[in-house]
Amino acid sequence: MADLKLTQVIKRFGDLETIHGIDLDIKDGEFVVFVGPSGCGKSTLLRMIAGLEEITDGDIHIDNECVTRVPASKRGVAMVFQSYALYPHMTVRENMGFGLKMAKVSKHEITRRVDEAAQILQLGPLLDRKPKALSGGQRQRVAIGRTIVRNPKVFLFDEPLSNLDAELRVKMRVEIAKLHGELRNTMIYVTHDQTEAMTLADKIVVLRSGNVEQVGSPLELYLNPANDFVAGFIGSPQMNFINCEVLAVTADMLRLRFPCGLETDMPAMTANVKAGDNLKLGIRPEHVLEDASGELVICVDVDVVEHLGGSTFVYADYAGDISMTLQVGGLSDINGKDKREISFNRHYCHLFNEAGKSIGLRKDALELKAAEKMLPMAG
Amino acid sequence: MEPKSVTRLQPDIQEQKPRRRYVFLMSTPALLGLFMFLVIPFFMAVGMSFTDQRLLSPNETSWVGLRNYDRLLNVSGMVQEPVRDEAGQLVLDGDGQVEYPRLRTLLRSDPAMADYKLFSSWDLGEKRYIVLAKDPHFIQSFINTLLFVLLVVPLQCGLALALALLINRQLRGIFLYRTVFFSPVVTSIVVVSIVWSFLYHKDLGLFNHYLQAMSFGLIGPIDWLGDPAWSMPSIVIMSAWQAAGVQMLIFLAGLQGISPDLYEAADLDGAGPWSKFWHITLPGLRNTVVFVVISTTIQAFGLFTQVDVMTQGGPQGSTSTVMYHAVTKGFREQDIAYGSAISVIFFLVILGIALFQKRLFDSKGDK
Repeated sequence: MADLKLTQVIKRFGDLETIHGIDLDIKDGEFVVFVGPSGCGKSTLLRMIAGLEEITDGDIHIDNECVTRVPASKRGVAMVFQSYALYPHMTVRENMGFGLKMAKVSKHEITRRVDEAAQILQLGPLLDRKPKALSGGQRQRVAIGRTIVRNPKVFLFDEPLSNLDAELRVKMRVEIAKLHGELRNTMIYVTHDQTEAMTLADKIVVLRSGNVEQVGSPLELYLNPANDFVAGFIGSPQMNFINCEVLAVTADMLRLRFPCGLETDMPAMTANVKAGDNLKLGIRPEHVLEDASGELVICVDVDVVEHLGGSTFVYADYAGDISMTLQVGGLSDINGKDKREISFNRHYCHLFNEAGKSIGLRKDALELKAAEKMLPMAG
Repeated sequence: MEPKSVTRLQPDIQEQKPRRRYVFLMSTPALLGLFMFLVIPFFMAVGMSFTDQRLLSPNETSWVGLRNYDRLLNVSGMVQEPVRDEAGQLVLDGDGQVEYPRLRTLLRSDPAMADYKLFSSWDLGEKRYIVLAKDPHFIQSFINTLLFVLLVVPLQCGLALALALLINRQLRGIFLYRTVFFSPVVTSIVVVSIVWSFLYHKDLGLFNHYLQAMSFGLIGPIDWLGDPAWSMPSIVIMSAWQAAGVQMLIFLAGLQGISPDLYEAADLDGAGPWSKFWHITLPGLRNTVVFVVISTTIQAFGLFTQVDVMTQGGPQGSTSTVMYHAVTKGFREQDIAYGSAISVIFFLVILGIALFQKRLFDSKGDK
């Protein structure tokens, strides 16, 4: 149980700097997810916290104690590896007890703690098997069990579910969430899968090429992404982006022109915007309507339609080269190669300036809900 | 549907015929070599071992049955009582030692024992125990070979593993070390043997000079190749040094097959370097160790060149090996039939040991 604090943490490999001064505050008991595309430095950051990777500059505090130069085993952290990293020639029991054995804990105590962890993870019947005789999900559980046994201050998970099939991944995701509910330890979880991030996290840290792009609760990132990168990364399918030209600026309104010629007013923070600027308008696929019932109507060429039963994904081209995705609840009558009008409402739109920074108005979950009810056709 | 499947099968069969001919054609040169230099000589050796064939001899070759094998393997023993005078008192020789009847006289007097020679003897109480063999040289060589294998296998494998661990890291210029450690392997064993003969030299050799310098004259000089107690260990050390490079590369490949995640997990578990070696490296190398030990053992049994160049089997037969004995008998003494018999026995022994080792490691692997 512990707070974790990163101060200006930097990692360099030779001349190449991969982590550029990260500050982060993680509170006791929080479930924090590092998310970002491959190569964004999320794993490196986790390994630096674990003590597997040297910290070039900056400091890491666990429980108000500086651990920057403390070896991995003395930091009070435990890690679940992507490959599980179970010792292949040891039984499940030996695997789970190895850390305690190295710490010279008495045999009796090791047995007690391994049994306790096995109880939590329902590993009882597997304790005398070797990893080779376990399924992927069972191995994953053993790897988690190994960390529980050590009763660490901070749990670290390095893409723990990426080697499992889709069904098992969902199951293990729920189990990890449950485990956090039971243990209430600080947990840091690295993934490139935004669904895992959204479902598990108290707090998501979005990373891109060694920088923190945004930190916040899942819903905060979904509703108010700080920039177009976060907007595109959080949410599935990805947010649609439409390049618009600013025609006129007032105190709280922008007059925008869409690529197809449609002109409309859009509320925004207009401080640093001037006429002639190019903006990115973002609209999530689930907020695009399959008909012309919304406030802003555009015409698209439908490319492919995926019928999933519960929902339908439509992939279309807008104004020639802008790809648009629509997520339609339930079944849809849209067919491939249709030419068709679709629409969306202003309050769902996100605006990003040329640097990618959000200039849209702050969205609030309750307000959105209320706005939705006022437009009967939006549903 | 029937005719369709037939027409589909037809071209397959037609295709296979020329392909089979092709396979045969391409493998012929290799098979020819294999048969000429390995398979046929092997069966010739088995056949010859039942004859009295000599390399150059005017006499007709004839079948002698198991005579060669009898000469090779026959071992006998006897117990001698000390010589006593009429009164039953022990007769002592000039040095005050108990006197025994002359063995030579005894063996000559009994036609059944005439072929036996002394292999070894020791006195216990008032009795003298004697081991006799028809070819004591072979027995000696066989024991020497076993001793060599017993010493060289752990040393060579251990050295190879140590070198592999040393160079299994990402350091600049590590390939240089790899090349250096591997270079003895690609050097002719004859050249290596000659050079080491100089290094081992009692008065001029580098080893004795270093030993004496570092121990301030307390150790040595050791007569490395001239002292029967040191001659075999000397050859063991040199052989291990020369051949360890091959096993080093195999171990290196094995080491690179161990997931680095395991070492990191062990880091987090608080394991030290020794624990990591014991709990991760060694178990991870199990299959590699099995292969290396078996192949090194078989290779060690064939010890010949070093002995031939450095000691010619001496001193006092202390470095003679089965292979050396076979070559000496078969070619230098031209008794090719007897040499063949040695080879056949030796083949069976190595086959047995290899099978035994394989079974031993297999049964361990099942657990």
